Amino acid sequence: MTSKLMKGLVYASAAFTFGMLGYLVIYILINGVRFLTPSLFSWQYSTSNVSMMPALMTTLMVVAGTLLIATPIGVFTGFYLVDYADRKNPVVRAIGMATDTLAGIPSIIYGLFGMLFFVIFLEFQFSLIAGILTVTIMSLPVIIRATEEALIATGMPIRQASYALGAGKLRTLFKVVLPVAMPGILSGVILATGRIVGETAALMFTLGTATNLPGSLFASGRTLSLHMYILSQEGRHVNEAYATAVVLLIFVLVINALSTLVSKRLAGGGK
Amino acid sequence: MSRTTKITVRDLKLWYGDFEALHGVDLDIYEKEITAFIGPSGCGKSTLIKTLNRMNDLVENCRIEGTVELDGKDIYSRKVELNNLRKRVGMVFQQPNPFPKSIYDNIAFGPRTHGIKNKSELDEIVEKSLKQAAIWDEVKDHLDRNALSISGGQQQRICIARALAVEPDVLLMDEPTSALDPISTSKIEELVSELKNDYTIVMVTHNMQQASRISDRTAFFLNGNIIEQDETRKIFTNPSETETDNYISGRFG
Repeated sequence: MTSKLMKGLVYASAAFTFGMLGYLVIYILINGVRFLTPSLFSWQYSTSNVSMMPALMTTLMVVAGTLLIATPIGVFTGFYLVDYADRKNPVVRAIGMATDTLAGIPSIIYGLFGMLFFVIFLEFQFSLIAGILTVTIMSLPVIIRATEEALIATGMPIRQASYALGAGKLRTLFKVVLPVAMPGILSGVILATGRIVGETAALMFTLGTATNLPGSLFASGRTLSLHMYILSQEGRHVNEAYATAVVLLIFVLVINALSTLVSKRLAGGGK
Repeated sequence: MSRTTKITVRDLKLWYGDFEALHGVDLDIYEKEITAFIGPSGCGKSTLIKTLNRMNDLVENCRIEGTVELDGKDIYSRKVELNNLRKRVGMVFQQPNPFPKSIYDNIAFGPRTHGIKNKSELDEIVEKSLKQAAIWDEVKDHLDRNALSISGGQQQRICIARALAVEPDVLLMDEPTSALDPISTSKIEELVSELKNDYTIVMVTHNMQQASRISDRTAFFLNGNIIEQDETRKIFTNPSETETDNYISGRFG
């Protein structure tokens, strides 16, 4: 009797979760797809076409710039924490704690910090670089944690095997441990990408909200999420905001599909 | 038969933090013989085998006193290049631990580590090592398969081949068959008996029959001391110490 009840509850929960997701997706598609006009993708933004093309490109730039900085720093920090640092050292524990705390801070705080530090103090103004640096700090904990977990999961035996063959620490890490940990690290990077793509609060006061494609690192722009937020907030282009949401949704789906593909490839054919 | 001493251990003490795991051990290991370490769990046999290629360096708070000499040279001297030492003294672990790479890349990892890049040279080493480990016939047609996709017994022989590929002088084996089934175990025992023609072998085992079947010399460990070391035949038929006698006759341990 109880097992039947439990089974029912489990199925109901699953159905609820999938139902909500499905409803969300269908709702956005129904409200957005019909407003996806070619003019929404023109290279020049104007107040009449409210094109999302510059925002789409800016999103790509912010993601690329952030990953370029955050991935090596995050991955190497993870390496340090797992394979080099002495776990009992207070400094190391402080780094671990800082990472956890950073992961839990609301993004508007990052935005505020980014504005005070990068935009005002370093005089970057509202710019691509200020936005990228702000979300870099934000995505670091995600990448560090994922790297740490992936490295710990590889375990001692394969490290021992490598050392016992006379391989040094660097060779062991890069040729033996890293290939095994790669899918895990990659999933962290994808998670960070998702966070960047969905970010508005941290970017509004750092990247700014300029409508055109930023011409340099020191020019302002807006990402898709930010674009969508502003369109719906202004209230004059709600339909276009839905259309933007459709594109954002596809964007995220593509990222997820890509990550699954890449990690499968890496896990399957690791050399 | 003239015997050359390969490894000499003198008054070796080892601590894990405050815990003294070895209390001044003396041991001689002779070239091209199989030396077996036997004794109950926690007696220090695995600890001692790890000092012979300095795997204990990886253990935090591990400290040693005394000397371990390989061919008359102290392996704990500052002049010793650790990676070079481990190239000369290979190791096979209790759990088969192949890398999650192809069989070929597993075997080629060691030689590549020590600078061999030439493809045909590597091919040759891979074939030779797999033949030495008596697994060539089973895997020669799928060297590109992931080493984790074969059976545990085969994996262990891959690990032995991988260790042999760097052409060590000494092969340390830390309970190499305790995770394997009886058929795989007998294959590995056969293989080890073959290998002693070319290598000096040190083997930790929980299995006394195994020690008596294949080893030339046996050292009996108890509570961080070596109680007795002698010809295997002598240890198992006419031990000098009562403790050894008690252990091999199954009265404890």
